[in-house]
Amino acid sequence: MLEISNLACSRGDHRLFSGLSFSLYPGQIMQIQGANGSGKTSLLRTLCGFITPDEGKIAWCGEDVRTLAEDYYAQMMYLGHLNAIKDELSALENLMISAGMSGVQLSESDAILALRRMGLKGRERLPTKVLSQGQRRRVSLARLLVSDAKLWILDEPLAALDVGAVAMIGDLIGEHLAQQGMVIFTTHQPLTVDGIEMRSLMLS
Amino acid sequence: MKKLSLFALLVLVVRRDLVLAMRRRADVLTTLFFFVMVVSLFPLGVGPEMDMLRKMAPGVLWVAALLASMLSLGRLFSADYLDGTLEQMLLAPQSLSVLVLGKMASHWMVSGLPLVLMTPVLGLQFDMTVEGIGVLMLGLLLGTPILSMVGAIGAALTLGLRGGGVLLSLLVLPLCIPVLIFGTGAVQAVTSGLNVSAHLSLMGALLVLALAFTPWVTAQALRISME
Repeated sequence: MLEISNLACSRGDHRLFSGLSFSLYPGQIMQIQGANGSGKTSLLRTLCGFITPDEGKIAWCGEDVRTLAEDYYAQMMYLGHLNAIKDELSALENLMISAGMSGVQLSESDAILALRRMGLKGRERLPTKVLSQGQRRRVSLARLLVSDAKLWILDEPLAALDVGAVAMIGDLIGEHLAQQGMVIFTTHQPLTVDGIEMRSLMLS
Repeated sequence: MKKLSLFALLVLVVRRDLVLAMRRRADVLTTLFFFVMVVSLFPLGVGPEMDMLRKMAPGVLWVAALLASMLSLGRLFSADYLDGTLEQMLLAPQSLSVLVLGKMASHWMVSGLPLVLMTPVLGLQFDMTVEGIGVLMLGLLLGTPILSMVGAIGAALTLGLRGGGVLLSLLVLPLCIPVLIFGTGAVQAVTSGLNVSAHLSLMGALLVLALAFTPWVTAQALRISME
């Protein structure tokens, strides 16, 4: 489980948030809400360890994530604003390489199955530069299907997705939570996950 | 799911970067043509004085190789930084240092190795002896990986900065002076009939030292740059 205690973060001289405390237990989902510039992305990046918090502690299963470092990274998955896909590579290559970099050996057939489930049938071997924004986002989101990470940190996962894809992401998150996974995310679009109580955190 | 070994991870990164380089061939070719151009301008500028050209050759080739490697260093991490892949690399559960080592290795293969292979042709323009060209190639073979590895530290530190390219050269070029001295020293030694092993051994030692430390230092520099 993820425990945040008394977290404070600032960018430049501007204090984004302080005294932030919450815990996330297996099977729970939390939405970070707030206006533009309220520090949603900074909070998620702090949870990933990209940004050092000014104060406070982030603990994973009771241990500080800074000391856990790579053991923590093995159990989390971060999807940011940027898709982290290469235009020159095909959807299939992108997925297999990013799975490899996150330490998972993925077979080609599994990768194709994941891409098909994301609605990219017939486009697996096209270079991603010919795909639309929404399709690129789907390639990026396909990583969720092939990962065994416990904690998903998703920054605006629904950007550029159509209604069908949004519903599919909802199902995907539902499955993950049913397997005792944890999700923390931001979005400006409504996302419903059936049968799950959505916790929310308001940054101001 | 099956876990990837560190070696498999290294191979994966090297292959990825080589595939990307092959699909963006212009970037690779500019470095090589820059090297060929700079080196070829010297005989034209200095004129056909064989003695002078022979003396200048190792220095000119080494300095041109140094500048050519600076040219391509800016791209080492910037593409991955801009499309978010670098964020994912920092979250790699195995070892960021191994990922960085893979990037250094592929950078050398596309920007260092072609220079080494071009050297015999360019050496002829300077009327270098066969032994001279051989030692020069050996020196470049040992030295260009050091340039890629030391340069990677600079590239990581200047990531995302405006005018990072100039700053990168200012940071990295002074650190490459030992490589330049031993590389040219080896060729001068062989042309004056001395033993070259001292120069090349020192270069080899520098290479081992760079292999041991630069991936880790670069990994730390990347973490600092991402904040």
